[in-house]
Amino acid sequence: MGKKILQLEQISKSFGDTKVLDQISLEIEQGEFITLLGASGCGKTTTLRIIAGLEHPDNGRVLLNGRDVTLFPPEKRTVNTVFQNYALFPHMTVGENIAYGLKLKKFSKEQIQKKVAEMLELVQLEGYQNRMPGELSGGQRQRVAIARAVAVEPQVLLLDEPLGALDLQLRRQMQFELKRLQKQLGITFIYITHDQEEALNMSDRIAVMRKGQFEQIGTPNEIYETPKTSYVAHFVGEANILRGTVAEAGENILLHTPAGSFSAHCYEVAAEQGKTACVAVRSEQVSFQPAEQSLTGLSAVIREKTFAGGMLRIVLELTDGQTLVASRHGIDLPAQVGQQMTVFWEPSQAIVVEDSEEELP
Amino acid sequence: MKQAKASKKYWATLLPLYLFTILFVGAPLLYMVVLSFLQRAESWGVTSQFTLQNYIQILQPVYLSTFADSLKLALISTTIIVFIGYPFGYFMAKLSPKGKQRMMLALMVPFWTNSLIRLYGWIIIFRANGTLDQLLMGLHITDSPLKLLYTYPAVVVGMVYALLQFMIFAVYSSAEKMDWSLVEAARDLGASPAKAFFTVTLKLTLPGLLSGIILTFIPSMGLFFIADILGGNKVVLVGSLIQDQLVKAHNTPFAAALAVVLMIMTTLMIALYRKISGVRDLEGLL
Amino acid sequence: MKTRSISFSRIFMGIVLVVMYLPIVLLVIYSFNESKISSVWGGFSIKWYQQLFRDKEMFKALWNSIILGVSSSVCAAVIGTLGAFGMTKIKCKANGVMEYLSTLPIMIPEIILAMVFLAFFSLLGLPFGMTTLILGHTAFCIPYCFMLVKARLVGMDASLAEAARDLGASEWQVFRDITLPLIAPAIASGMVLSFAMSFDDVIISLFVTGVNVNTLPIRVYTQIKTGVTPEINALCSLMLLATLILVALSTWLGKEKQ
Repeated sequence: MGKKILQLEQISKSFGDTKVLDQISLEIEQGEFITLLGASGCGKTTTLRIIAGLEHPDNGRVLLNGRDVTLFPPEKRTVNTVFQNYALFPHMTVGENIAYGLKLKKFSKEQIQKKVAEMLELVQLEGYQNRMPGELSGGQRQRVAIARAVAVEPQVLLLDEPLGALDLQLRRQMQFELKRLQKQLGITFIYITHDQEEALNMSDRIAVMRKGQFEQIGTPNEIYETPKTSYVAHFVGEANILRGTVAEAGENILLHTPAGSFSAHCYEVAAEQGKTACVAVRSEQVSFQPAEQSLTGLSAVIREKTFAGGMLRIVLELTDGQTLVASRHGIDLPAQVGQQMTVFWEPSQAIVVEDSEEELP
Repeated sequence: MKQAKASKKYWATLLPLYLFTILFVGAPLLYMVVLSFLQRAESWGVTSQFTLQNYIQILQPVYLSTFADSLKLALISTTIIVFIGYPFGYFMAKLSPKGKQRMMLALMVPFWTNSLIRLYGWIIIFRANGTLDQLLMGLHITDSPLKLLYTYPAVVVGMVYALLQFMIFAVYSSAEKMDWSLVEAARDLGASPAKAFFTVTLKLTLPGLLSGIILTFIPSMGLFFIADILGGNKVVLVGSLIQDQLVKAHNTPFAAALAVVLMIMTTLMIALYRKISGVRDLEGLL
Repeated sequence: MKTRSISFSRIFMGIVLVVMYLPIVLLVIYSFNESKISSVWGGFSIKWYQQLFRDKEMFKALWNSIILGVSSSVCAAVIGTLGAFGMTKIKCKANGVMEYLSTLPIMIPEIILAMVFLAFFSLLGLPFGMTTLILGHTAFCIPYCFMLVKARLVGMDASLAEAARDLGASEWQVFRDITLPLIAPAIASGMVLSFAMSFDDVIISLFVTGVNVNTLPIRVYTQIKTGVTPEINALCSLMLLATLILVALSTWLGKEKQ
């Protein structure tokens, strides 16, 4: 694959007594679209600020093109940021905002003019050159912020939740456009978000962060299909997490729970005979039928049926008190709340994961 | 490490303010306190003798009564200012945006006009056979000139006139920020207009009102030239006393002691304001 | 019900405004009075204006006031702006004390400051005159500049400076290109306010001026105290005119900006 453009080595950072980043390492390749995905407070913004040079790590190194830039100030790095709130200079026009970085780099007037026009075209804001940022809509400001950062031709573009302030429809449209931009420019994008859908849609690779560490790094497919930990499984795609005792180990395992037994598959994580194992099952993979038809599976009671976003969401309670969520296309199903059910799934869809030992929301 | 070094160069920006403030505010005030404990020299200047005499002298009835008179005048003026300025600021906050702008402009002109000029206008009104006398006699309300100039009421009018805007601006800035839907909510919950005013509006505009009181009360104890111009030498304020002791009697230590007492009074009032309102900066000061 | 309360508030504000403007208007009217006795209308005349323009002392005082106002507001703007900027950059315990101390001059009665300056400047042996006037006026102008600029800096989005650095600006370039333009309106209004306060000041000026240096307010004050001539009316009217122009100008500038 391509050459390494950015390397983080064993980076740690604390603010006062709070450890925000705990020895994280990451290698990013030229032209990659990588997303740091995590809940608020997981350290993703701090990671970004360290890469930008707005923050300096307590330990560890940042290498840009193989060169140690750990203590370089932001203006000495070929890395630029699109800020969460855009940070457009309110006293400058759109054109002046975009030209600002170029002026500092001592480009000639003609060069600047040409580049600004080019950038405005790139983000489809031709004719907005003399507007003030205050006169633009959120989506337009977003584009100006991107144009301003891209104008100085960075090797890496950092985007801090750039779509956070936009409404859903605009967000979807901008996702598509950002991806197009990245392909067109060939710049490495490091993207921060807490929205798993955004991450899955746009990224070449996703790094899921939790408590200042990387929980799993992989392609969207890997992250979604074979999550390593219960946290990743739940955070990306809201999988059900079940725990049971391993009765038969191997590639396919059998688990005992008070509610019954079921099979699961080991992809990345192995299970040991006699130990507790943690299994993730996505809601759309959960099947159930009325209990009287004597099937093998777990017995459960339907607790809730809700219809949202074109999907029917059914909450099932197992006899040991664990709950499962199943989802179906459609508006309603014949089963009633309170009815006894037998729950089952394809063994290959029950993935053995590491237990993050966290109360899942 | 690097951050600490980076911020070090900003010390240079603080330096002018620190130096100026220490040299020309801190040091002079400290010197005033020192002076107030020194003995007055025979004819001119001070000796380095420590004494409490200056403070004991303040306790003499003549001077105590000056403080009392000053406080009384400040109290009267401030009370009048509250009753005119508070409703004015309150009504102003209820005007349309355009109305607010116009009113602001209308208030700005007198505010920016030299205070001496504005006071001088009152001389024309108050002097014997001046505008007011002519008006009153013309309307046959009085038969003879009232000769209001150089009287106590004239000084009160001058004080109110000079300081009213501070109250209006303070109350206005407080009332303008207020969420009027809170008043509507109180009315909706069954409060009468008066009850809603006293339980909601007044409470929310209190920082402005208190700030206005301080901004008018404190200066009114020191604005000796108003008492001078409109009161002749009949009304003596602490301010006038300090000036007399300094300029006419050349008793610098005693003047310093008077200033120290005045300073303590005002500092206590500001501290009290901060405690009650929970706001550090005075509302509507700028 | 509602309309009645509105009309009451209108009437109330109207009366207050009339009383507020009354002395000012009378002053202007009497400045055109032929008669020397201001209670008697002796016919229209501009002789007091002519007399005023022949008064060299008055012009000297005006000139002094302008120099004093400009110097002290410039000094205050520089010291106050730098100080406010420094305080947002360096967090230290002395800042709180310093902030309190530096804003004290506009919190305490002016007479205290006046007496303190008089005593302190004579202790230092400074010659009383323009220098002492500028020092004294700068002291009470700093709080206006400092407080306005600081409020603006505190309200400023920190990511703007970061964005500029990210685009390649050095710390100095950030200050020049981003911070300074954004706090410029605050500095400007601080200076205007400072100038107005300096131009209006009687008490401190009276105490710290020398024998030979008069400012306009001092001259007006002594004239009012010694004996009134309608010349003062003329002067006041002219100053009023200047104020009106300034207010109109600043509103117009404010509107332009929007």
